[in-house]
Amino acid sequence: MSDFIYFDNAATTKVRDEVFEAMAPFLKDAYGNPSSVYKLGREAKNAIEKAREQTAAAIGAKPAEIFFTGSGTESDNWAIISAAFANKDKGNHIITSNIEHHAVLHSCEYLSKNGFDITYLPVDSSGIIKISDLKAAIRPETILISIMYANNEIGTIQPIAEIGAIAGANNILFHTDAVQAVGHVPVNVVKDCVDLLTLSAHKFHGPKGAGALYVRSGVKLPSFIHGGGQEKGRRAGTENVAGIVGLGCAIELITREMAGESVRVRKLRDKIIDGILESVPNSQLNGHRDKRLPGNANISFDYVEGESILLMLDMKGIAASSGSACTSGSLNPSHVLMALGLPHEKAHGSLRVSAGRYNTDEDADKLIAEIGPIVNKLRAMSPLAK
Amino acid sequence: MSGGVDSSVAAYILKEQGYEVIGATMRIWQDEDYCDIENQGGCCGIEAVEDARKVAAALDIPFYVLNFADEFKKKVIDYFVDEYLRGRTPNPCIACNRYIKWESFLSKALSFDAGYIATGHYAKISQLDNGRLAICADFSNPKDQSYALYNLTQHQLKHTLMPISDMNKDEVRKIAANLGLSTANKPDSQEICFIPDDDYGAFLEKSGRGLIEPGNFINEAGEIIGRHKGFIYYTIGQRKGLGAFGKPMFVRHINTADNTVMLSDNEGVYSNGLIASDVNFMGEDGLFAPREALGKIRYAHKPAKCRLRVENNKIICRFDEKQRAITPGQSAVFYDLMGNIICGGVVDSAVE
Repeated sequence: MSDFIYFDNAATTKVRDEVFEAMAPFLKDAYGNPSSVYKLGREAKNAIEKAREQTAAAIGAKPAEIFFTGSGTESDNWAIISAAFANKDKGNHIITSNIEHHAVLHSCEYLSKNGFDITYLPVDSSGIIKISDLKAAIRPETILISIMYANNEIGTIQPIAEIGAIAGANNILFHTDAVQAVGHVPVNVVKDCVDLLTLSAHKFHGPKGAGALYVRSGVKLPSFIHGGGQEKGRRAGTENVAGIVGLGCAIELITREMAGESVRVRKLRDKIIDGILESVPNSQLNGHRDKRLPGNANISFDYVEGESILLMLDMKGIAASSGSACTSGSLNPSHVLMALGLPHEKAHGSLRVSAGRYNTDEDADKLIAEIGPIVNKLRAMSPLAK
Repeated sequence: MSGGVDSSVAAYILKEQGYEVIGATMRIWQDEDYCDIENQGGCCGIEAVEDARKVAAALDIPFYVLNFADEFKKKVIDYFVDEYLRGRTPNPCIACNRYIKWESFLSKALSFDAGYIATGHYAKISQLDNGRLAICADFSNPKDQSYALYNLTQHQLKHTLMPISDMNKDEVRKIAANLGLSTANKPDSQEICFIPDDDYGAFLEKSGRGLIEPGNFINEAGEIIGRHKGFIYYTIGQRKGLGAFGKPMFVRHINTADNTVMLSDNEGVYSNGLIASDVNFMGEDGLFAPREALGKIRYAHKPAKCRLRVENNKIICRFDEKQRAITPGQSAVFYDLMGNIICGGVVDSAVE
């Protein structure tokens, strides 16, 4: 694996050894069902509650406000759909942005087919919503605002505390999809005035299949998955004990190390951004130069498709991603890049490099050295470049 | 790789021969309404991608999904719709081969330092005595696909491999089954990949690229003999779905200018020859004197003897015997007696 460089930490991350060690007992001998009364069950239950404390501490919440789910997507669906239906008598208007993750956008689309009215706030060319737009969009019947903490494609960080304050002042519920943010930038649900917050373990070196939703105490949020009495009756289904333990362990470790690690990763990111922009003509950074996640670099290259760059990087043993996801589903250009005002061709042509804790300076050097020749070669073949 | 047996076995054979093989599937269209139909074994939909991915994993080769949706929309789907709206009968597979597989896809492959693209076509590339490359047909193989490949240039042929050209479908299926490939028993793909329910009329109506209005059926004397539901629903030589006229009637001619469809008896749909334009020369670099050839006017047409000449960059072809339903929009492909493609073009009109 030494000749393989992983620069796709926004897609998912490697499970840390410590996290794996913490999870392992619950995949083997400590297999009890947390709802069982005997010792094996109690041990599992205790492990979950410890993870709940770890998770709460990481985001400034109380343990009772943390509910474990199966994924960030599930948390988003639950928060938005249940909050909407629970507040239907107050109004039917929801505000979100047009650069949200599909977990949010498609939940909103579902609601719009069920009698809700959705406002999609635009973003400026760096991907940030305008507070004046938000204020103007608020109506008496607005019941929910859902704005992502940081964008998964371009890494832009929204003014969450400001949005939260406005939502609070207008007595509107505020949800934020913080899947990309938690563990990478300081997140505090109290300071940020957040009512509902989504996070996902595999974005910070925890396992896949483990997410959580923070629900501020006092917020009425009916359950979304119906069944047994797990998670205080609000999220049914036998708990993914190992996954939850992994989430707790991972979030504690990453939060503890965040101050130093984010500085290191940010330096790496800046090196990548500067290195590429300097060595490749007609390339542009997408998103905000500073208000962005420490690890995120998203760069467009004129006349070249992001997809082609990815494939050539893969052949060189470098894993990265493109703004457009053409793995098996959508063929459409990135809705995020389109929202920034990029033309269709450029929205197809971006490269997302997301650095993380296992990336080194040498990785960045290798990437920068490879990218120029790749782009030159693709441009030489491109009819658009002539 | 389409996920089907042909391209799967092609990849296997090349790997066996020692090539460094990279699998790729082109994503070219999407229509969520068609998910269910697509799952039945469509050509380039999501299910096909997953099938291809499995095959690539079984063969232990890298695999990529490449997006050609924009090019496909412009060069194949829009062309397909527009040709129908012009009263012609398009061949989208030929357009896809020409513009998507052998232009966009080939150039992408070359940019990745690949030496060749390989496909699961039943067609052979021969080196001719004059030094040129040509697709060589095997008229005895009912799966022969040479007809749809006449547009390839010398550059494209030089960078193309067709590893299953010498096999028949049963042999290919057998290899796939022996390898345990999940696609061994997959049915052949349907007529038009982007219209999985085969209802091209509804597809054209939905496209919004032109009005489809009912009009008159006329006879050869120009007299109105009935109503048609829109000329796009008819193709030259068609018998079914016209209505009752007291005797068998066939579509002889479509006139978009006055929105009439002319019907005749079966005799009336035979013609002596054709004029074709948008010509590609393959086995020869031009036609400098009239010559004998075998002509095919549609995919399933039995090659017929004819005489060719070129005038103003158009092919003028006269068959030894009259041919049935020479159809504007379809391609005419001409072979030498060995089966090598000499040239081909798109039929402008039939000639008496």
